[in-house]
Amino acid sequence: MKNLLPIILFLLCLQTIAQTDSSFIKRTPADTNKLKMNMDAVYNRPFLTMGKFPVAIGGYVEANSSYFGTDGVTEGLSFQMPRLTLFISSSIKKRIKFLSEIEFEEGGKEIAIEFASMDIELHPLLNLRGGVIMNPIGAFNQNHDGPKWEFINRPFSATTIIPSTWSNVGFGLFGKYAMNNFVWAYEAYLTNGFDDKIISNPENRTWLPASKENPERFEESFNGVPLVTTKTAIRHRKIGEVGVSWMGGVYNQFRVDGIMVDKQRRIDLFAIDLNTTLPKINTYITGEWVWAMVEVPDNYTKEYGNKLRGGFLDVVQPILKRKILGWENSTLNLAFRTEYVDYNVGTFSETETNIADHIFAVVPGISFRPSALTVIRFNYRYHWQTDLLGNPAARTAGIQFGFSTYF
Amino acid sequence: MKKIILSIIIGSFFIITSCQKLMPPAPKDEDVLAGTIPGLTAEQEKEHLVGDASFGKIFTKEEGLGPIFVQTSCSNCHIGNGKGHPSTQLTRFANVNGSVIDYLLNKGGPQLQQHAILGYLPETLPTEANVFSKRIAPAVMGLGYIAALDDQSILNNADPNDINGDGISGRPNYVTPTSFFSPQSIHIPFNGQYIGRFGKKAEKVTIQDQVVFALKQDIGITSDFDTQDLFNYQLGVYTGDDIADPEVSSGFVHGLVFYMRTLKAPTRRNKDNADVIAGEKLFAQIGCTSCHTPSFTTAQSDISALSNQIFYPYSDFLLHDMGELLDDSFPEGSANGFEWRTPPLWGLGLAKDSQGGQMFLLHDGRAKTFEQVITFHGGEAASRRTAFNALSQGEKDQIFKFLESL
Ligand code: HEC
Ligand code: HEC
Repeated sequence: MKNLLPIILFLLCLQTIAQTDSSFIKRTPADTNKLKMNMDAVYNRPFLTMGKFPVAIGGYVEANSSYFGTDGVTEGLSFQMPRLTLFISSSIKKRIKFLSEIEFEEGGKEIAIEFASMDIELHPLLNLRGGVIMNPIGAFNQNHDGPKWEFINRPFSATTIIPSTWSNVGFGLFGKYAMNNFVWAYEAYLTNGFDDKIISNPENRTWLPASKENPERFEESFNGVPLVTTKTAIRHRKIGEVGVSWMGGVYNQFRVDGIMVDKQRRIDLFAIDLNTTLPKINTYITGEWVWAMVEVPDNYTKEYGNKLRGGFLDVVQPILKRKILGWENSTLNLAFRTEYVDYNVGTFSETETNIADHIFAVVPGISFRPSALTVIRFNYRYHWQTDLLGNPAARTAGIQFGFSTYF
Repeated sequence: MKKIILSIIIGSFFIITSCQKLMPPAPKDEDVLAGTIPGLTAEQEKEHLVGDASFGKIFTKEEGLGPIFVQTSCSNCHIGNGKGHPSTQLTRFANVNGSVIDYLLNKGGPQLQQHAILGYLPETLPTEANVFSKRIAPAVMGLGYIAALDDQSILNNADPNDINGDGISGRPNYVTPTSFFSPQSIHIPFNGQYIGRFGKKAEKVTIQDQVVFALKQDIGITSDFDTQDLFNYQLGVYTGDDIADPEVSSGFVHGLVFYMRTLKAPTRRNKDNADVIAGEKLFAQIGCTSCHTPSFTTAQSDISALSNQIFYPYSDFLLHDMGELLDDSFPEGSANGFEWRTPPLWGLGLAKDSQGGQMFLLHDGRAKTFEQVITFHGGEAASRRTAFNALSQGEKDQIFKFLESL
C-alpha cells in the first residue's frame, strides 16, 4: 500500500492537469472501431498522453461492497477494492511499442505484472511480441478490464479453470488480416507454464490458479517444456467475433538432474469464445466455454479430476441511452449472467455414479454507465455448489454494489 | 428523470432492508450432521470450530501428506460428518494361518495406502496377505456421548455365553491399549486390556486412539503420539517424506479429539408420525433392540455438557457374530472376522445426503437398502432376520420409516 500512494498521487495530479490544461495532456479514448478484437484489448484502452512525451499512461480501478450468505450463514457486509491497475505504454519507434500493465490486488497485498511486452510490427500479418504476455486462451484473459464488464465478479470458468489473469514470460507472433467486413487474426506464443501445484493444493481439486502462486515462473520454467498457446479469431464488422484457442504443455517435473523420474504429464485447455451485438435492439451477448484435460496420475485420489469444463454467457440489454443526471449519452443496462463450472467430469469406478463437484450460478444485474469508461453496477448473485459426491447443493447468494472505471 | 432517481432510491432501500430475505435460508437443524452438543461454553464452542477446521484441512505434500496415503483429509471420507462413500473405502490386510495372525507390519500392514504424493509410488497388496477387510467411513456424530459412557454400562448388556437364552451373545472387545492411553474412572481393565468402543470391530478404546491412527494410516501424518512416518516398503527405499516429524502438533490432535467429542448427536425427524411410532414398536418386538440398544446414560465427564446425559445410539457397542455373509476373516483385537460391533443407527435417515443421494450400508457399503441390510444379518441375528421376514410389507415399511427418522 505504501508504494501505491505516490503512484496514485501522481496519477491524480495528471488527472487534474488534464482537466485544466487540455492542450498539454490529452485523453486518447479507447478506439471503438468495430474491427477491434479481443486480442487488441491491451492497447484498446483510454490513455493519457502528455504533449510530445512518448509515454501514455492509464489504468482502472474497481471497488465494491458485498453481502453474501451461504445456507443461512452470513459474514455480513464487507467492502473490497479487488484491484487497481496501471498501464504505461510507449511507442519506442515507429512500429515498435511497449506496454505494461501492473495490478495491485486487494489493496496492494499483491502486486503483479500482468503484461509487460514489446511488440515489433514487421507486417500487419507478422508481429513479434516478447516479455510478460497474457496467454490468449479464451477471450476474458486478455480482455479482463473491470470497466468493460457489467458484473462485479469475474466468471468462475475464467478465474478457476482459466486462471485469469494468466500471464507468463515468453515470445511469439501475432497478426491480422482484414478484408471487406471481415478481419481474421491469429496469435501463437511459447511461454513458461504450469507446475504440479495444480494437482497438489489445499483446494481439494484440480486447481489451475495454484500455479500462479509460484513467483519463480517468471524466472524459469518448472520443467523446461514450454507452454504453447495459440488462438485464432474471426470478426465480422456487423455480426461479431468468434475465437478458438488452445493452450497446452507439461505440468510436472519429470526430469531431475537428467534422470527421468516420471512420465511427462500434459495439461491442455481448449476454449471457444464469442461476442455479438444484436442489430436494432443492441443486446450485447458475450460468452466463453473452456475444456481442460489434465493427466492426473492413476494413483491419485478422485478429488483431483482429469477433465474440467465450464463457461459463462452474459446478456446485456441497454434500456435507456440518453442524458441522465446531466451526463450526455449515458446508458442504463439490464444484465444477466449464467455460468457453470464442473471441476471433475467423470464417474466413480466403484459405483458408476457421476462425479459432481460443480457450481451453477445466475447473476441478474443493473448497470449505469455515465460514460463508456465508467460503470456503476448492482448485482444479485445466486449459486448452487455441489460437492464431489453430488450431495444436496450448498446455496450461496450475494448482493453486490460497486463501480469500476478507467482513469 | 425524477421518477428514475426516486425509483432507484426506493429500490435500493428495499433491497438493503430485504438482504436477509434474498439469502438462502439455513437448513433445519434436524437435516444436517453439523453443530455442537447443547450446553457448551463459548470457549468450548470456539475450540470446536478450531477442531472443525482441522477436520476439513486438506493436507499437501509440503505439510507432510503421505508419502503414501488413503485420503488427504478427514472430511474427504467423513463427508459433512456423515457416512462415507465407497470411493473412499479403505482396505486392511493380514496373513492368517490357523491361529497365527501376522499384520505384515514390515510389508506395509495393517492398512493399504493406495495413493501417493507426486513422484512417489503407492503401495499394492503384498502377496503374503490372505485376509482383507474393506470398510467405508462411519458417521462421526455424537461420539462424545459414547466416549463418556462407563465400561459398566457396556458390560451390563454383555452376555457372551448367552445365559439369558435370547440367542444373542454380545461381548466386549478387550484390546491392548496404546502407549499414550491413560485410564480414567470409567474404564474397567481386564488382564491389562481395555474395552474398545470405536471402529467397526470396536478395536479402539478412545477417540484419540482412532484419531492418531487415522492421521497416520489414512493421511500419512505423524503426530507426537506416533512419530514414525509411513513409507512404501515395496520400493526398497526405507524413507518417507522429508518433512520434519511430528507433522502436526499435539494441539492439532487434541483439537480434533475435542471436535469429535462435541459434535452433536443426530436429531430425529418425524418422531410423531404414526408409522414411525409403529415401526419403533415393531423394531423392539422382533428383537432388533437386543443389539441395537435404544438408549444409555453417560457418566460424569470433564465436559459438563456430556455428564449424565441420556442419548439414543441404537447400539450396545458389543461384538456380535454376524454370520458368514459378513465374515471378512480379518481379526482385530479379540474380534474375529465374523464379529462386528453393533453400529449406532442414529443419523441413518441422513445417510444419503452424505453418500451422494443413495445409501451404502454395512461396514463396506455393500447394501443399498434397509431390506438388503437385514438379509445380511446372520449368525446371532439370524432369528431376528426370520422374524423380520415374517412381517407384512406394511410392517416392514414401518420399520424402514422408523430407521429413516433416526
Ligand atoms: C480413508 C478414509 C478415512 C479418513 C481419511 C479418515 N477416516 Fe475416520 N474412519 C474411516 C473408517 C473406514 C472408519 C472405521 C474404522 C474401523 O473400522 O477401524 C473410521 C472411523 C473413525 C472414527 C470412529 C467412529 C466410530 O463410530 O467408531 C473416528 C472418531 C474417526 N474415524 C475420525 C477420523 C479423523 C479425526 C480423521 C482425520 C484425522 C479421519 N477419521 C480420517 C475412514 C476414514
Ligand atoms: C446380533 C445383533 C444384531 C441384531 C439382532 C440386529 N442387528 Fe442390525 N446390525 C448389527 C451389526 C453388527 C451390524 C453391522 C454389520 C456390518 O457392518 O457388517 C448391523 C447393521 C445394521 C444396519 C446398517 C447400519 C449401517 O450403518 O450400515 C441396520 C439398518 C440394521 N442393522 C438394522 C437392524 C434391524 C432392523 C434389526 C432387526 C431385524 C437388526 N438390525 C438386528 C447387529 C445386529
